[in-house]
Amino acid sequence: MRDFTALPSRIDGAGTAGTRAAVLVVLLVELLISSLSYAQSPRPEQTQASKEKAAAAAPAPRHDISGTWEPAIAPGDGIQPFGAKAMPSDGKPEHQLPYTPLGLAAYKSHKALDGVDAVLPGFDNDPRGKCEPLGFPRMDLSNLRQTQILQNDYKIVILYENLQVWRVIWTDGRELPKVVDEGVLVGKEIREPRYYGYSVGKWVDDTSLVVDTVGTQGDDKTWIDLAGRPVSEALHVIERFHRVDRDRLELTVTIDDPKMYTKPWVAMDRFPFHLQDPHTDVMEMYCSPAEMEKYKKLVGDPISDTDVKPPER
Amino acid sequence: MKRLRAFSLVVGVLIAGNALPAHHGEAAYDSKNPVSLTGAVTEWYWANPHCILSFDVKNSKDQVSHWTGEASSPADMVNHGWTKLSLKPGDQVTVTLSPAKNGRPVGRITEVVLPNGQKVTGGFLGQGAPNTGAAGGSKPDENPKK
Repeated sequence: MRDFTALPSRIDGAGTAGTRAAVLVVLLVELLISSLSYAQSPRPEQTQASKEKAAAAAPAPRHDISGTWEPAIAPGDGIQPFGAKAMPSDGKPEHQLPYTPLGLAAYKSHKALDGVDAVLPGFDNDPRGKCEPLGFPRMDLSNLRQTQILQNDYKIVILYENLQVWRVIWTDGRELPKVVDEGVLVGKEIREPRYYGYSVGKWVDDTSLVVDTVGTQGDDKTWIDLAGRPVSEALHVIERFHRVDRDRLELTVTIDDPKMYTKPWVAMDRFPFHLQDPHTDVMEMYCSPAEMEKYKKLVGDPISDTDVKPPER
Repeated sequence: MKRLRAFSLVVGVLIAGNALPAHHGEAAYDSKNPVSLTGAVTEWYWANPHCILSFDVKNSKDQVSHWTGEASSPADMVNHGWTKLSLKPGDQVTVTLSPAKNGRPVGRITEVVLPNGQKVTGGFLGQGAPNTGAAGGSKPDENPKK
C-alpha cells in the first residue's frame, strides 16, 4: 500500500500532469485533515505546531526519540514555577488535585517557595534547598530544560540539563518491577527504591513510546514539583513520548499514586520539544550547597526577615 | 527592535493569559513599586540558584547603601544577554528592581543598564523575550558544520 506522504519525493523528474494534480490533491487533503485535528483544542503551542505542519515538516523516524530537545515554546517553558504544567497550583478548582487524607496532610506539611501556598524563602522546607536529589518524576516537572535522548537496541537514556542527571528506560522487553512492602521486586530480588525509579518502555506504534516507572522514593525524600505536591513509594508514572514529526516531540506525564491521590491525574499534557542541531552543547545547571548558602545569606534570609519594620511608602 | 517588542508583547500576553498569581518566588518583593538605583558594582556573582549583583549606592549626603539585586539562574541569564563577564567590581550600573517589602536593601532585578549602555533584563520568566535557539548552550553558528 502506498504511503501518500512519500509520494512527492517519488515524483522526481517528469511525471504526467494528471499524476502531479493527484499529488497536489493528496497534499491538500493531508493538510486539511491535520489542520482539522489541531482545530479541536486551540492553544498557543497548537498554533506553533500548525505553522510547523504548514511548512511541510519532515516525517518522524520510526521508533526514534533520540536527539537534543529544547522546550519548543520558549527555553524556559519547562521551568514550571507554579508546579506541574498541566495542573498548576493556582487556586483554580479545576487544578485542585484529588488528594487522599494522607496526600493532603503531606501537602500541608510541605512549605514550598512556589504555588498558591508559597512561603518566603527563609521558611521553606523543600529538599532541593539543600541540593537533595530531585528524583523522578520531579525531574520532568521542575525546571525541565534542554534534554538529550540517546537510544540503542536495549535502552533509552535521558540526560537532563538540570542537575546533570540521567535516567535509563529499558526497551529490551523486561518486565516492570513490582512494588512490594519491603521494596521493589526486580525479578526474584527485592531492591531499594531509587530517586530515578525503575523504567521500562514499549513502542505502541511507530512514533509513540509509553514508559512505565515504579520504585521511586517517597514523601520523606522528595516532592513532585516546585509547589510541593507529594508522592509516595506507591507511585506509578506513565509517560508518553510522541515523535510528532522529525522536529517535534511531545511528552505527556500521568501520575498514579493511590496513597496520595484518589485517582490518576495528568501532570503534563503533550508538552512540546523542538529538535536542536545535534552539535548543540548543553549548558550545566547544578546545585552547589556552597552557592545555595551564599544565596540564602545575601538574599533569601534578608528578604524573609519579618522583624524589620517595613518603610512607609 | 520593533519586532522584538512585538514578540515580547506576544510572549507577555501568552504568559499573562495563564492568569496565575505572583511570579516565581516574587512574594517577598514589592513589584508594584520598582526603584531605579545608580551605583558601583562590588560583586557580580554568577551562580545557582540565582545570580547576585551587589552594588553600592551613594545618596546626596555621600552616605553609602549596600544593595543586593538578584537576577535569574545562569541558564536563564545567557538567554537574556548576560554572561559571567558582563560586570566586574567598579563598573557603574543603573539597576531597576522590585525592592523587598520589609525594607531591606535587597531586590529582584527587572533591568540593568550595563557600562556599555546595553539594557538587559533580570532574566526571569515574563521579563522580555529570551533569545530562541540553544538555551544556554552553544549558539548555532558556533557548531561545526556537518
